[in-house]
Parts: sequence; structure tokens; C-alpha cells
Amino acid sequence: MLKYIKNHMTSIDGIEIYPIISLVIFTTFFAVILWKVFSLRKSEITKLENTPFD
Amino acid sequence: MEKFSYDNSIVKKFSYATMTFALVGMLAGLWIALELAFPSLNVARWVNFGRLRPLHTNAIIFAFVGNAMFTGIYYSLQRLLKARMASDLLSNIHFWGWQLIIVCAAITLPLGMTSSKEYAELEWWIDIMIAVVWVIFGWNMFATILKRRVQHLYVAIWFYIATFVTVAVLHIFNSLAVPVDFTKSYSLFAGVQDALIQWWYGHNAVAFFLTTPFLGLMYYFVPKAANRPVYSYRLSIIHFWTLIFLYIWAGPHHLLYTSLPDWAQSLGVVFSIMLLMPSWGGMLNGLLTLRGAWDKVREDPVLKFMVVALTAYGMSTFEGPMLSLKSVNMISHFTDWTVAHVHVGGLGWNGMMTFGMLYFIFPRIFGTKLFSVKLANTHFWLATLGILFWTIPMYWAGFVQGLMWQEFKPDGNLEYEFIDTVAQLKPMYMLRSLGGLIYLTGAVIGIINLMKTAYSGKLIKNEEVEAPALTPHTESNEGWHRVIERKPVRMLIFSLIVILIGGVVEIMPTIMIESNVPTIAEVKPYSPLELEGRDLYIREGCNNCHSQMIRPLRFETKRYGEYSKAGEFVYDHPHLWGSKRTGPDLQREGGKRGDSWHYTHFLNPTQMEEKSIMPSYDFLIEEDLYLGRLKSKIGALRSIGVPYPEGFEEDAERLVSVQAKQIAGNIIGDLFKVKGDQKEKAIESLSKKEVVAMIAYLQRLGTDIKVKEHE
Repeated sequence: MLKYIKNHMTSIDGIEIYPIISLVIFTTFFAVILWKVFSLRKSEITKLENTPFD
Repeated sequence: MEKFSYDNSIVKKFSYATMTFALVGMLAGLWIALELAFPSLNVARWVNFGRLRPLHTNAIIFAFVGNAMFTGIYYSLQRLLKARMASDLLSNIHFWGWQLIIVCAAITLPLGMTSSKEYAELEWWIDIMIAVVWVIFGWNMFATILKRRVQHLYVAIWFYIATFVTVAVLHIFNSLAVPVDFTKSYSLFAGVQDALIQWWYGHNAVAFFLTTPFLGLMYYFVPKAANRPVYSYRLSIIHFWTLIFLYIWAGPHHLLYTSLPDWAQSLGVVFSIMLLMPSWGGMLNGLLTLRGAWDKVREDPVLKFMVVALTAYGMSTFEGPMLSLKSVNMISHFTDWTVAHVHVGGLGWNGMMTFGMLYFIFPRIFGTKLFSVKLANTHFWLATLGILFWTIPMYWAGFVQGLMWQEFKPDGNLEYEFIDTVAQLKPMYMLRSLGGLIYLTGAVIGIINLMKTAYSGKLIKNEEVEAPALTPHTESNEGWHRVIERKPVRMLIFSLIVILIGGVVEIMPTIMIESNVPTIAEVKPYSPLELEGRDLYIREGCNNCHSQMIRPLRFETKRYGEYSKAGEFVYDHPHLWGSKRTGPDLQREGGKRGDSWHYTHFLNPTQMEEKSIMPSYDFLIEEDLYLGRLKSKIGALRSIGVPYPEGFEEDAERLVSVQAKQIAGNIIGDLFKVKGDQKEKAIESLSKKEVVAMIAYLQRLGTDIKVKEHE
């Protein structure tokens, strides 16, 4: 996929850095979210998801 | 325990406005749908398709869906925070301010006061009103969050916060313009940049006005109606952060094969595909909340509406990424396919969610039972049928037209004239109108049912409740996310950063790097008469049916001529690329036909093209061109970079007169058998009419490049 993006980027010098940066940012961001979310305690989750019913 | 009350009056006010504008917006929609099937319904300039279409889209998005969003937020926010809205005064200013904006839109759009930018057509002073009222809404929301009686912010509220922050950013940037006077302004951006900003806005208006607030409502009302917590709270956290992160990047998929630089197009495609995952995560989270409760869905109209809403959300968010693939986009773009896609979201997701929510709220705030479950079920089936009757013909129409445009004969010529494809679509337009009528009938029944419910009970203006006061936070060692969502201001800042990353990466290079838009030496600013003509083109909303963007595809260049170059639009404040071809592209219209052809065509389109569905623009021939603002228009454009020489405006009226007389001369010479003095008089009189300016503009379109070819 990276190659596909890169092939299309001919209009600006050094522009390939933009999508690469963006994909790196997103992947890191996504990994951190996943890790943190799954490290939440079950009791916390139960408390949070019941907010509308309290 | 503290005693306090929830403000239900404000919920009632917004819900009544929602129902009112549902009728107004859908009626306008039905009317314009019928105009395409029966062009004689374009009875007056104020209700011509070009002026009424923006009224329909604005009424549905900002009046109907906007008021529905506020209804749901004011209802759920207070209950999720165990707090009354911070200020009843601010709630009411928000309500009346928003309705005033809608009234201003309903007056100015039919009068032709428009910026022409899709879903942001309103003029600059209304844009300022929107910004002020939006900030009041946000202020009130945050003040309420700060005085809450619960520790943590439920996921629905994060969606409300992201909505507030992002819409503010989008609205302010996209609306930057330099005013000429009260009724006219020019976008600060030109050509490619303007298009990029516009679709960054346009795409994210869908994301953050039509989607995120409704996802928030979904996370509150679906669990409430099903009486069980959301399927996975973990998934909702991932859903939220990835959705707001990814959505903002995807705007350029509206501009595939256009003059937008390739890298930006590809970036838009990749992020659009990735967007499928959080969207479906959210949909599944909603639907799976009903696991083990499907028996309730059979009985409860609220859940029925919400299930169809979620299904429609799933379908349109699957379709969106598919449409962003270049090969699919090649067929779908500029056709009714896009319109169908939008209406799966509008009628299905927003419409069904809104009515489901109203059926939930009304019995509760009026302290009674729903007037008639049977009527609600009738509404449900009519709405569902209406969606099918609306969208299936339009998918068919889009597919047929997209393929017909591409058809070549064995000798290498195009198989079909543009008008053949229009004639082919007429039955589909009629069926679509029927679908709209069915949906609207359902909505009328729903509104009657809701009003009957309201009258059978009595509004509980202040719903008395009690809850313990918020104790200071003592827990240590809590997760990072709980820290963030406990502190709403920090949450706001994090959301802002997340959405800005995409915006910055996507937009900055195009704006900052000049080499991104290669300049073409032959491209010159419009002459004063052409400029006036262009403003008439904007006033009449021609861009709602005609694109000015020829894609670099063989079937496009064969039909319309040389494909569009980014450098051709550098003086176009705003760009007029359009997004739908109900009529043919006009980018290379200049010089294709004589002035008198255009004159007759404006007077009566069917005289020049028998099967045409374009309305008559005879009033352009009757009305004198108003030149009172010409000087300030040139000044305004110069201030944002259009290189009109100093003092040019002093000579502008003379230049108008010279060019207008030439065009009027051509028309009179071709069409009227008058000679001598009479001819001079006729030319003098016609040269002062609006139609001449419009023709001057059309004859200029795309000719800069043609000049180059001749050299």
C-alpha cells in the first residue's frame, strides 16, 4: 500500500514523508489505544457502561 | 443527596423545531425531485432547482438533523451528568439563535444570496451567527459537564465534545471569505485550494454533524431503549478515537480524477478504506447491544427505528469506502449514485434515528404513553419502504448514466449524447419522487402521533430528581483514559489535536507549497463583465447541475475537450467544480456555441434541446445587470490576490459596456431582423441585460488553454 501511495506522489519534492508520517502516527495511536483499552479492569468497564442506568 | 431538576422545556422546543423542519426540508426535497421529473414545476426564479436545492440540503442538515441532534443532546446530557443544563438562558439563546439562522437561510437562499460552497452556502454574516450560536451551545455544554454529579464522562458525551470542537474548526476555516457587501462575499481560497478546503469541510460536515453526534445519541438511546448496557464499552473507546482520527483525512476522495494533486487523492482513498473499520465497529456495537433482546425489537417501535438506522449506517459506511476507490468512483462520480448514497445516510441513519429517539423521549417528558403504537409501526413501514423506493431507482440511475457516459462506438466516437442519458433517467426521477412522497407521508403520520402523545400528557417542565453530590476524586492508580475522560477540558484538547493532525497533513502542503499548483501564463483574471456573469452563475446555483471539471479520462475528454488543469482555476474565488452533472460539464463551454445559441437556450432550453430538463432563465433577459458593486468586487478580489492592476476598477464600467455591446450585437444580428438606428437601440438595450454577462462568462470558460493550443 505504501508503494501505491508513493507512486502517485510526484508533484512535490519530499512529499512522500507526509503519508508515511501519517500512517506511522495512526498505527502508533491505534496500538496505544488497543493496549490501553484492553488493560482496563473489568470492574471499571462495568461501572462505565452502566452510566445510563444509574 | 442533592435535589435538582432536568430541563425538559428546552428538549420540547428543539423537538418541535425538529418536526417542523422535517416537514419543510422534506417538502423542499420532494419539490426539487419533481422539478427534475417535470421541469415545468420550475415556476419562478426563487424556486428554480438551482436555488431550491441548497435550501433543501441546508434545511435537512442544519434545521432538521441539527435540531434533532440538540433535542437528543439536551435530553441525554443532563441525565448522563446528573445535572441540569448550566444555564437555561444560554439554552434558550441557543435555541432561538439557531432558529433565527434557519429563517435567515430560508430567506437568503431563494433570493440567490449564496457562497456556492456545498453545505456552506450561507453568506458571511450568517456564518458569523452560526459560529456565535455554536460557541454558546458549547459553552453551555461544558459548563454543565463541569458542574456534573458523576465522576466519569460516558462515551456518548465524548462524541458530543468531538462534534462541538470539530464543527467549530471546519466551519470557521471553510467560511473564511472577504465580504463585498451584505449579500455577497468571495472565498478567501481559490481553485484547487478552495476545493480541497471545501471537501475537507463537506466530508467532515457529514462526519461531525451527521455522524458523531448521532453515534453519541445511539450510545445513549439504544441501550436505554433495549434496557441493557452497550455490547462492548471497550469497543466504544476504540470506535471513538479511531473514528475521529481517521474521518478527517478522507475529504479528498470527493475529488478523485480532478486537478487535485495525486498524492492528496491517494491519501484520501487509503484513509477512506481504513475508515470502514471504526464505522463498522460502531454499527456492530449498536446492533449487538440488542443480542438476546430481539423479541423487544418486534414490539417496540423505538428499537425498530434504531435497528434500521444502524443498518443504514452500516450500508452507507460500507459504500463510502467503496465509492472512494478510483475504479468505482470513475462510474459513480457526478451521477445520482452519490445522491443515493447520501440519502441512505440521511433518510436511513439520521431520519430513522431521529424518529426513534422522538418516540422514546415524548412519552417520558410528557409523562404519558405513546398515543398509538400502531401508527408508529405504520410510520416505520412507510419510512422503510420510502427509503427503498427512493434509493433503488437512484442507484439504478447513477449506474446507468455512469456507464452510458463511457460507451464508445466501434468507430471511436461516443455512443450517446449527454441528453440521451438525461432522457433515460426521467422514469427514475419519477420513482424517486414517489419514494420521497412515501417517506414524507410516514413522517407526517409520525408527527401526528407524536403531537397526539404530547397533547394526551402534560409537559414535565422540570423533572425533579436527586443524586449524591460529586465527591472529590480519591482513587489512585487509575487508567489513563479514565483520567482524560474525567477532565472534560483535557478531553476537548485531545480531541482537537487528534482531528487537527489529519487536517494539517492533508491541507498544509497544498496551501504552503506554491509548486503544487503549476501556474499557466495564459490564465488571466476574468474581465469585469465575465466576473459579473460568474456571480450570476453562482446566484442561480448553476453549479448544482453543471460541473466545471473534466477528468483525465478518454470518455470525458472526447465529450468535453482537454481535461482540467489545476493552474486554470487560480483566480476562481470560489471554485465551481460542482459535484453532480444533471446537465453537461461546462469547463470548455467557451467558444463551443454562438452567443445567440445561448440567448435562445436561456429563453427556452427545449427550443435548442428538445429533451432538456433545464428551467427557462427568461428573467435574465428581462433584468438589467446591476453594476453598483463592480468596483468593490474588483477591490475585494484584488485584496485576496487576483492581480487586477491598481485603478482597474475606474475603467471597469467602460470595459463592461464594450464587451456587452459586442455580445449583444452578435445576438441581435443573428436573431432579430432589425437595421440601422433600430438595431443600435436594440443592441444598446440588450447589452444592459443580465443574460449578456452570463453569456460572456460561459464564452470565457476554459478558453485560456484553447488559446495556448492555437499558438
